[in-house]
Amino acid sequence: MSKLRLATVWLDGCSGCHMSFLDLDERLIALGEKIELVYSPLVDTKVFPENVDITLVEGAVSSEEDLHKVQLIRQRTKTLVSLGDCAVTANVPGMRNAFGTKAIYDRAYRENVTLDPGIPNETVPQLLASARPVHEIVAVDLFVPGCPPSADTIFYVLNSLLEGCAAEICAKTRFGA
Amino acid sequence: MNAAAGVKTLRIDERDFSARADETILEVARQNGIFIPTLCELKGLSEVGACRLCLVEVKNSNRLLPACVTRVEEGMEITTNSQRLERYRRSILELLFTERNHICSVCVSNGHCELQSLAQKLGMDHVHFPYRYPKAQVDASHPRFLVDHNRCILCSRCVRVCDEVEGAHTWDVKGRGINTQIISDLDQPWGSSETCTGCGKCVHVCPTGALSEKGRSVAEMMKRRQFLPYLTLMREDRE
Ligand code: SF4
Ligand code: FES
Repeated sequence: MSKLRLATVWLDGCSGCHMSFLDLDERLIALGEKIELVYSPLVDTKVFPENVDITLVEGAVSSEEDLHKVQLIRQRTKTLVSLGDCAVTANVPGMRNAFGTKAIYDRAYRENVTLDPGIPNETVPQLLASARPVHEIVAVDLFVPGCPPSADTIFYVLNSLLEGCAAEICAKTRFGA
Repeated sequence: MNAAAGVKTLRIDERDFSARADETILEVARQNGIFIPTLCELKGLSEVGACRLCLVEVKNSNRLLPACVTRVEEGMEITTNSQRLERYRRSILELLFTERNHICSVCVSNGHCELQSLAQKLGMDHVHFPYRYPKAQVDASHPRFLVDHNRCILCSRCVRVCDEVEGAHTWDVKGRGINTQIISDLDQPWGSSETCTGCGKCVHVCPTGALSEKGRSVAEMMKRRQFLPYLTLMREDRE
């Protein structure tokens, strides 16, 4: 049996969802029999590959870079999973939305900076007007709330997807879990 | 006992029940272990029918009726769960989430919040409507409590408990529609209120983390509601 191609991406989030993924511990080894991790902050691939079966997306869509990434990911992924509250609701990254980008830039790059204050216009991707949940930008196939979703929840979700059965997400996790 | 003595017979979800004429559909359902979701309703306070989560279908009525404020009637045939009701309830809940900034992960009431647990119970795994992310204020001027309007669902429990149980009427509501907001006294900082007795009843009936005790961190705010049925009972006894 050919292995399922899994990708994980980290947009505007704290990487807590990825930490939770790593908390699968020895179950990762068993999972390795069935899946191949083709793209992730945990592996060294630079470009998001074609023909990915499942992508777990952590984080809100917050910058120009996130926007391009998530659109490319959608094109190249069969089952896109919104993983964690930032991806599902914008969560903490969305707390900036009420203030507007100017106030955020000023706070981060001027008010709190002593050495060479100023807003960067290269290297750092520009912020979008607001951080948005993934499904407001591209179609999402499965939502997994939680901040972060527990390792057990992620394990359950991956197994349901591997076995092709419907996942009862709300029985396992909730917003803020 | 007969109909003249105020007993009504009715059907809820294909089961027969009898109830006192002054009882609501919600009360009868609860006595018989039938779950109807609610948010604004709280036993011991008057009913206002504000949140509309408790809507049920009643045969021969062309609109949905809120179970918390609808008295039973002879021969009523009630459905408490259907695809249509599920759809409406879920939409109402989702709209509540988009109207303010409910960030469960950093909320004092995380894990003890009625809005959060209802979302889980009704299977709400995401919100279909675009979030508004409004700019809402936090008033921490009171020495012991604070109000975070980001988390308020406008259920008006605080307004009612303050008026009906404490008798202070510190809280009220200003504005209309999306601009509605709860206010203390004449829309002034809570800390400067002359009517607030500092009893904390509002804090403990609030279903979310909108009203909380100062010094609580994430998930630390547990609400204690035992006082309410107790106080109501004591008062009934005295009458
Ligand atoms: S502050 Fe709490 S109790 Fe008062 S209206 Fe808002 S949610 Fe309801
Ligand atoms: S509980 Fe009936 S309208 Fe809120």
